[in-house]
Amino acid sequence: MHPTIGILGAGRVGTALARQAVKAGYRVRIATAQPAADIELLVNIVTPGAEAVEASEAAASDLVIMAIPLHKYRTLSPADLTGKVVIDAMNYWAPVDGVHDDFEADARTSSEVVAAFLGGSHVVKSLNHIGYHEMEEDDRPAGDASRRALAVAGDDPAAKELVQRFIDRLGYDAVDAGPLAAGRAFQPATAIFTGSYTAPELHALVRHPLAA
Amino acid sequence: MEIGAYSFGDTQLNPDGSSRSTAEATKNLFDAIVHADRVGLDYFGVGEHHTVSMPASSPGTIIAAAAAATTQITLGSAASIIGTDDPVRVFQQFATADAISGGGRIEITAGRGSSVETFPLFGYDLNDYDELYAQKLDLLLTLNNSATANVTWSGTARPSIPELDVVPRPVQGSLPIWIATGGSAPSSARAGRLGLPLAYAIIGGQPHRFAPLAQLYRQSAAAAGHTGDNIKVSVATFGLVAPTKKEAVERMYPGWVNLNVEMGRLRGWPAPQKASYLAQVDAPNAYFVGDPDDVAERIVALHGHLGHMRHFFQGDHGGLPHEYLMESITLLATEVKPRVERLLAAK
Repeated sequence: MHPTIGILGAGRVGTALARQAVKAGYRVRIATAQPAADIELLVNIVTPGAEAVEASEAAASDLVIMAIPLHKYRTLSPADLTGKVVIDAMNYWAPVDGVHDDFEADARTSSEVVAAFLGGSHVVKSLNHIGYHEMEEDDRPAGDASRRALAVAGDDPAAKELVQRFIDRLGYDAVDAGPLAAGRAFQPATAIFTGSYTAPELHALVRHPLAA
Repeated sequence: MEIGAYSFGDTQLNPDGSSRSTAEATKNLFDAIVHADRVGLDYFGVGEHHTVSMPASSPGTIIAAAAAATTQITLGSAASIIGTDDPVRVFQQFATADAISGGGRIEITAGRGSSVETFPLFGYDLNDYDELYAQKLDLLLTLNNSATANVTWSGTARPSIPELDVVPRPVQGSLPIWIATGGSAPSSARAGRLGLPLAYAIIGGQPHRFAPLAQLYRQSAAAAGHTGDNIKVSVATFGLVAPTKKEAVERMYPGWVNLNVEMGRLRGWPAPQKASYLAQVDAPNAYFVGDPDDVAERIVALHGHLGHMRHFFQGDHGGLPHEYLMESITLLATEVKPRVERLLAAK
């Protein structure tokens, strides 16, 4: 039995991930800040096979993906997400999205700030360094020599393992980058964030991160 | 199918790579619009960007000037960054251009903008991004839909308007107001619910992937009771037409490099690769760069997915030599458009 996938956010990232997860055979539930009925048409047309739900229902999934604009992270419910495995696919990218004090004035990575806000979630940083239109174009079968790899950073080994299996089923190799703080290696303006790599290449880069 | 162009202005470069003047770029843009009108292009969209390389910061001003110098072309913003502007002034500027044009040729396209440069420039807080856009769009629509010059509006994003006159009124009572989006599903649904025409800016990937979004837009409009001529889709993409595909691909490339180097410096991208440019210049990808046959066939193929009624192109960025833009405009109007009409009629 596959884990159920809950996606918070129905923008370009959330809908691309939803389609890719449906294609991989997962049961996918999507929620936004709007009532489920308000996004039903959107979900039926743009992510067929997924289900429009309330945010609390999406948060009750086995694996939850945060795909909202980062500046809205305080609209997430820490209570709903306590004890859950949560993928942080969001980015702090000031030149594109503007400066935000919560991240600008904090030496930690954006994922650590979000994890601290959620408090009791097992946050895994991943899916943030692939473009939303690449998500549905770059996938390859396991074993393909050109298969693209995605980095995974988190403090909970079991949570990371769940995420790595999910990424593999989406059509990508998963590369363990270390603890959540190691996600710094694939934030915006890093070589990993701006490039596309196979697993051996990405292994080398997470060990020796370079600026872009 | 209407064929058009859009531009944010394109500051020309000296041989040593330094920028020529933004005033020259502004005059070039004006000349391109007048030329487009003469050769029979259907639409020209202007701005809004606020950079030295793309200086079309004031679409309403250029459009008012062009309204006086043109006779048939439809003119609009592409787009007006409504969240950080005053909708009253935007409406007044475009209604003024409408009066100058004789009426019926001036449109406003409201967008959020693909960059955030207007927030520090005009003193807005990015945390208010969504609220500013929603309220100011509401005010713009209130002004446009008003039966008289006397308008009442209240909100928090701008001082309220208690029964004040906003003039001039458009010649035909109101202006077409479009919503621009880069393709987020909630934006498509919202435009449909509002019953407004929708302009998709497709700057990468495969444009036919927007088909479900256009379907969402149309069904959202129908569900909200909106039907008729106002429910329509236009598409803006990169595009440059030359006598041959090879020339078009070569002409666009240096400007594309310059644009991506500039964006990369700002956003932390690596140096642009020619391979990633070449990966996008053929069907079914996003850059409509080719000879008239190639570009016409691709417009018609995309029409099969999106059913759009207007396709307009940006070819001038990164210092594209102005004469190449002018030739592309000529070819769009005189070679691409007839082919598109022929191909659509044969379907």
